[in-house]
Amino acid sequence: MNKPFDYLISLNNAGVERGDKWLVRGVDFGVQSGEIVTLIGPNGSGKSTTAKMALGVLAPTEGTATRRPKLTIGYVPQKIAIDWTLPLTVARFMHLTGGITKSDAEGAMTATGVEHLAKAEVRNLSGGEFQRVMLARAMARKPDLLVLDEPVQGVDFAGEIALYDLIQKIRDDLQCGILLISHDLHVVMAATDRVVCLNGHICCQGTPTDVASSDEYRRLFGARAATTLAVYEHDHDHTHLPDGTVRHADGTVTEHCHPEDGHHHHTEDATPPNKDEAHHVG
Amino acid sequence: MLDDFFTRAIIAGVGVALVAGPLGCFIVWRRLAYFGDTLSHAALLGVAFALLFDVNLTLAVFVVAASVSLALLMLQRRATLSSDSLLGLLAHSALALGLVVLAFMTWVRVDLMSFLFGDILAVSVMDIAIIYAGGGIILGVLVMIWHPLFAATVNPELAEAEGMNPDRINVIFMLLMATVIAISIKIVGVLLITAMLIIPAATARRFAQGPEQMAVLAAVFGVLAVLGGLGGSLHWDTPSGPSIVVAATVLFLFSLTPLVRVFIKSGARSKA
Repeated sequence: MNKPFDYLISLNNAGVERGDKWLVRGVDFGVQSGEIVTLIGPNGSGKSTTAKMALGVLAPTEGTATRRPKLTIGYVPQKIAIDWTLPLTVARFMHLTGGITKSDAEGAMTATGVEHLAKAEVRNLSGGEFQRVMLARAMARKPDLLVLDEPVQGVDFAGEIALYDLIQKIRDDLQCGILLISHDLHVVMAATDRVVCLNGHICCQGTPTDVASSDEYRRLFGARAATTLAVYEHDHDHTHLPDGTVRHADGTVTEHCHPEDGHHHHTEDATPPNKDEAHHVG
Repeated sequence: MLDDFFTRAIIAGVGVALVAGPLGCFIVWRRLAYFGDTLSHAALLGVAFALLFDVNLTLAVFVVAASVSLALLMLQRRATLSSDSLLGLLAHSALALGLVVLAFMTWVRVDLMSFLFGDILAVSVMDIAIIYAGGGIILGVLVMIWHPLFAATVNPELAEAEGMNPDRINVIFMLLMATVIAISIKIVGVLLITAMLIIPAATARRFAQGPEQMAVLAAVFGVLAVLGGLGGSLHWDTPSGPSIVVAATVLFLFSLTPLVRVFIKSGARSKA
């Protein structure tokens, strides 16, 4: 069933050599439409290199990287530094690589909860705000393939869950393939269809449960992995919206979730509501 | 009207400023100031060749500047020396070679100062035609590649991943740089071209809310610097290039003063 053209992108025994060192080697996997593939691995295991091969930014030294012709890609890189010399508002940044309409841009910004930041300068955003803006920009392109390099970095726990929910929603709405690189070895988002575990090569891949129970995974990550690969599963009786408010199952939106509700203490890390109001004034 | 040397200088200078401003924004954004210096120093070698082989000055400078920038691209790919060392090497060897070649040509009487610092007396109607034709091409191409060039400036990998071609755009950009240096050499001179690219753009940054706005403002500040500088040059009999750069610097210093906040605020309010 896995004929090559079923894949949006596929890497075939691909590897990149720099100097005398292989950054990553023997990478074999693909991403299909509507599928979420998560790449995990320790620092320097070649996650970003693998993603760049998939994107076509890096040419593989050996093996092949194939992309479906006329593939629309949305990319959220790991880091973008915006210099002071560059006057760049969020609204302008949304149209950086072109091809999107104003209403697509506004829709995506509403979906990630950054519509109030349209006139803000990109370099003044907090880490979490910037990640959401980058995600909005990538999703507004209506991509066939979305590549996310550590999309939840700099985002607190509540924001992380909200972002993962959003990523899943993007997949459901656009039916695009998603290649997600995770900074966390021990936790992958619940909606992941396949986990690829890298350590200079592919050490194992499969469903999150397969990978968690594989010997290679345990050997690579040692004792801590004995706690097994946890999966983000959480109660959907309420959702933390990106602006820090909470939507409950009955559709009401409040500033906080009810303190007596047990496991919600993380809301104190979320953006305090008054900070957000300050944004609106400015 | 074109009989008057001062009018010709103003028309030529305004033409250079209109092109240098927008292009200079990219020099500032991409931190290419030293690259601009390298190309303009190499331009003196172009001047030497133009005199040696008796070809058009602008053409010779363009060919040398373009060759140097392509050589730099190739050397960078082999990356043995760091970029700034490579730039220094190319800049000063080209400048030195240019001076040596000029010195050998005992049969040519060259006013070296006019090439180093610009000479408004030297601007001919032909020069004006070259500046406006070259400048028109530069601005036309810049508008065409604006979006991919800007995207590649913000993040080359992002631009490439989403279907743009930053490598090709970079080569085009370097050729535009070589062109602007070729057309501005008579007005500002070899040593001060980079200032015309950078200072108006830096001045514009404080007033600009977006990249496009900054490009337009840089052109405006450049034109103001040319008018002020050439006026001063005529009045005090100073070389045109340094006078224009001094005027541009005065504008920049003015943009740093608290007075400017009044302008920025009132501008923002009228928009709201």
